[in-house]
Amino acid sequence: MIAIETRGLTKTFGDIIAVNDVNLQIYDNECFGLLGPNGAGKTSLVRMITAVSPPTSGDIYILGKDLKSHSREIKALFGVIPQIDNLDPDLTVIQNLLTFARYFDIPKKEALKRSSEVLSLLQLDDRSNSPIRELSGGMRRRLLIARGLINSPRILILDEPTIGLDPQAKRLVWDKLNELKAQGVTQLLCTQNMEEADFLCDRVAIMHQGKIIENDTPQNLVSKYIGDNVWEVKLDPQDKNRVIQIFKEKRLDFEIAGNSVHFFREEGTKLIGSLMAPHKLRSRPPTLEDVFFKLTGRSLTE
Amino acid sequence: MRFCSRRFIRVWQRNRDVFLRLWHAETPAFVAEPVIILLAMGLGLGAYVGLVDGQKYIEFIAPGLIAGYAMFSANFECTYGSFVRLEHQRTFDAIIATPLNIEDVAAGEIFWGATRAALTGVAMLVIAAVFGLVHSPYALLIPFVCFLEGLMFASIALFFTSIVPSIYSFNYYFSLFITPMFFFSGVFFPLSSFPDLVQKLSWVVPLTPAVHFTRALVSGHLHPSLIISLIIILAFTIPFFLGSMITMRRRLVV
Repeated sequence: MIAIETRGLTKTFGDIIAVNDVNLQIYDNECFGLLGPNGAGKTSLVRMITAVSPPTSGDIYILGKDLKSHSREIKALFGVIPQIDNLDPDLTVIQNLLTFARYFDIPKKEALKRSSEVLSLLQLDDRSNSPIRELSGGMRRRLLIARGLINSPRILILDEPTIGLDPQAKRLVWDKLNELKAQGVTQLLCTQNMEEADFLCDRVAIMHQGKIIENDTPQNLVSKYIGDNVWEVKLDPQDKNRVIQIFKEKRLDFEIAGNSVHFFREEGTKLIGSLMAPHKLRSRPPTLEDVFFKLTGRSLTE
Repeated sequence: MRFCSRRFIRVWQRNRDVFLRLWHAETPAFVAEPVIILLAMGLGLGAYVGLVDGQKYIEFIAPGLIAGYAMFSANFECTYGSFVRLEHQRTFDAIIATPLNIEDVAAGEIFWGATRAALTGVAMLVIAAVFGLVHSPYALLIPFVCFLEGLMFASIALFFTSIVPSIYSFNYYFSLFITPMFFFSGVFFPLSSFPDLVQKLSWVVPLTPAVHFTRALVSGHLHPSLIISLIIILAFTIPFFLGSMITMRRRLVV
């Protein structure tokens, strides 16, 4: 079954095409990652899927239902975890959750039960009566996630869920998201964190300039675009241009990344010893980030 | 256009809960100011004012102040209050990601603004009664009138809130619209003391029919012209109520 499907989805703001003819199929019970540089159109796409922004053209189906005509019913199935902190600062932690539960028409008794469940899930139990302003940044983010789970959502839509979290809290969130997936919760995850996408996502789509330019499992993308290994060479800033000139003359397959050069085949690295100290060369497994750079370029997009 | 659903009550409840948590931070000032005005104007200025029918000046202004401060309550709530929730706290963004739509949010805000006006009406009525300025049991209807008046002003205020670029824009709203109305709607002096043109204008600004109502209820002199007042109030409320739903959607659902 398909949880989220978009057909020819397009969004324009004046002359700017934010989302350009996107056709996506996100399966039930998968974690689907949406990657892309800032300004790629991820937020516009997600806003349309969560029914808070009307498409310029195209259609969205959620579990087979047309979002246009069933938006309230569909929004009741979603747990939306936004990137910006829009917790209610006028209310306490528990009041935030209970108020949110009320938007979903969850009865008080059930809401109290769910609240204590999600608070303990994100290890915020002892903060129940704190005002929001007394929470640290990490606690606020965990509370945002807890709030998104209050209605036991069928589909979770997460926009940078672990941004600003320390490694411990990040791991906690990743583990919980994995557990939720095991319980059958479909997830659409927008992230800039490639490690996160690799760890959590069954499939990822890479979005660039409003279009989905690739869409596959992280492993397939890495082997398709990068291979088995990456050789990274650190260059002296003063010496950089001379060395790169030599690489170019030898017609090697390489990519410039700031003050480093990446080779995707070992042949290229044979020359290195004669040009510079060998300790500047290291080999490492390829990551999704290498794919990301390869597909979206290294320059800033906005 | 789309209309709100019964779910607007959820937004009203959210605002009520915040009020119950934080009311002590703002309410004392809200009650103190009208009491000060009532005493300063009623007793101070009142010593120099002789009204035609021998009524005391403080008796004349008391019902006007009830309507006037109900107006301020609804307006503050749905300008500064709503704007902070809209732009600074992004509360509405969070709400519309749930089964509620933006029209429910707009209606919840307006009904809450009206509730604040009614609460102010109750507080002011108690104060007026303590000073012995209430002469008719009809005055018990004042909270309902203040609620209606509040619906009207909350609708106008939220409409304005949904189109302004910045929180500073409310300076115009209050300096050029609300405060002048406080002085030209028969709160402090009868409309008949103004030149003919001003009188005619005063009759169609929204506070005048509300003052007309509170004055009639406090004195017990009910008059058929109250029907016209009611029509004027509805004539302001309905278009601004519907309009604010359209402009809120235009602002937030893009």
